[in-house]
Amino acid sequence: MSVIRGRAWKFGDNVDTDVIIPFKYKARTIDPQELAQHVMEGIDPDFPKKVRPGDVIVAGRNFGCGSSREQAPLAIKAAGIAAVVAESFARIFFRNAINIGLPVLEIKGIFEKTDNGDVLEIDLQQGIVRNLSKSLAFKATPMPDMLMEILKEGGLVNYIKKRRARAQ
Amino acid sequence: MNVEEVLKSEELTFAEKILTIKQVEPKSVKRTGEITIVSVDLAAGQDGTTPLAIKVFEEMGGERVWDPSKILFVIDHTYPSSSAEISNLHKLMRSFARKQGIRVVEGDIIHQVILEEYAVPGMLIVGADSHTTTHGAVGAFATGIGSTELAAVMLEGKIWLKVPSTMRVHLEGSLPRGVYAKDIALHVIGEIGADGANYKSIEWTGEALSKLSVASRATLCNMSMEAGAKNAVVEYDAVTEEHLKRLGRCPIAIVRSGRKAEVEDELRVECPRLEPMVATPSRVDNVKSVREVEGTPIDQAFIGSCTNGRLEDLLEAAKILRGRKVKEGVRLIVTPASRKVYLDALRLGVLETLLEAGAVVTNPTCGACVGTHLGVLGEGEVAISSSNRNFVGRMGHPSSKVYLASPATVAASAIRGVITDPRDFL
Repeated sequence: MSVIRGRAWKFGDNVDTDVIIPFKYKARTIDPQELAQHVMEGIDPDFPKKVRPGDVIVAGRNFGCGSSREQAPLAIKAAGIAAVVAESFARIFFRNAINIGLPVLEIKGIFEKTDNGDVLEIDLQQGIVRNLSKSLAFKATPMPDMLMEILKEGGLVNYIKKRRARAQ
Repeated sequence: MNVEEVLKSEELTFAEKILTIKQVEPKSVKRTGEITIVSVDLAAGQDGTTPLAIKVFEEMGGERVWDPSKILFVIDHTYPSSSAEISNLHKLMRSFARKQGIRVVEGDIIHQVILEEYAVPGMLIVGADSHTTTHGAVGAFATGIGSTELAAVMLEGKIWLKVPSTMRVHLEGSLPRGVYAKDIALHVIGEIGADGANYKSIEWTGEALSKLSVASRATLCNMSMEAGAKNAVVEYDAVTEEHLKRLGRCPIAIVRSGRKAEVEDELRVECPRLEPMVATPSRVDNVKSVREVEGTPIDQAFIGSCTNGRLEDLLEAAKILRGRKVKEGVRLIVTPASRKVYLDALRLGVLETLLEAGAVVTNPTCGACVGTHLGVLGEGEVAISSSNRNFVGRMGHPSSKVYLASPATVAASAIRGVITDPRDFL
């Protein structure tokens, strides 16, 4: 897995799926690019225009709480965000993110020590996030092997395709 | 590993037992924190999540689904469709279902369909909808998943799940007048927070349950998701037995937590001391008593959703609204959770009472709760709602505000046009 490098965008606690992508958009399309134009609209309508590919979301507790809509991590990924780092994640968002190949890292204490615009470098294999602007390093809660494998394949679609191909 | 022994064990929790016996290759007992691969008894999806699952199923190289009789599609989130784009997604669901032999239910809320027609004790249900936790009300292990996972389950009939730790919420005593299951749920979420049960299995126990119907238990298990729970469950008892007898259905297995099972968190609720509660904008854990926010003006009152759109909810609202009128300038929207609820309410004269009071009664749908149609809030508008989420923009404009409450509190508030304690009318 390649190393991720980008700027930090901070969001607080309990960022819910309705602010990540309101139902009115996800009801009418399953096109990730169209969804990406409205990502985080409930908090910062200009967010999609400001993001550069490789940037990272740094959030507080319970990121992605609320609905089971996979369009939430899909819209984040399609907007160019390379990973989400949070103090904790809501469970369905966490599963969905891994299943669509959006890296998610749980790191306690990172929120307070990160500022908007800090340059972060993430080594997914090692589960390490380095804040290059502040010369700090953080270790993520280790991920079960099976989830790491899904993430390495870029998501559940490729993971299952490969497994089925091997079985034949 | 012997299934009978697992079920009888005094050491294992509900989640440990059911995720052990449902393993695809049942070799050993699975304890809290372990990952299991389990077979699914029912996989369900709605129109907000299923179109994406169909696309992903095809990307995975899927041709035939594993077992069409164990898959259910429900078109409920925007029904009937409010735009051509949404109609196209509904068309995709219907044509895929026809090709695969999958049942599609249109115009009933997914969790009400499952509760009325599918859920039995010991069933393992996954649904591409977060409120799938509802079905713990009859002793099923039921949890929400995303679209890609629904696609994978449609293909192979199995899913990986981590065995959750257990949180027990013990309901002591019985509920006072004007206080309902919704008030219990809001009180608990207020106590533990919106992530207080994240990844956990909530076991609702205690003597108050003996007087709570399956519908009320469904409200408790449904709202457990709002504290982050993976699943929620009410133990099988005389109420469950009576419910199944009435529907003519049998349990797959009766699964009870053992007396010595490991419970990570325990919470006690003194029910006689509870009051009508509200979750104030814009977080479900911003909980206050109705008395604290009494007098707050509202524009819309909504009774419906998978949380509180069942017959007993409509009956409670009708009890309060009988012979009274909805305040001028306020709209009361009532959305029964299913055709069955709608018909029962019609036959019992409940709809007549509600209509005479000035309510508008819609077809069963998730519309108002998810802010797509049939009750979308305008700029700065305030609603009181029997649904489950009050996030920013959930029911409409980002500047609108939502208070969550029991159907009785919603009905009382509709009469006065301001947030009102239902005990004033009981």
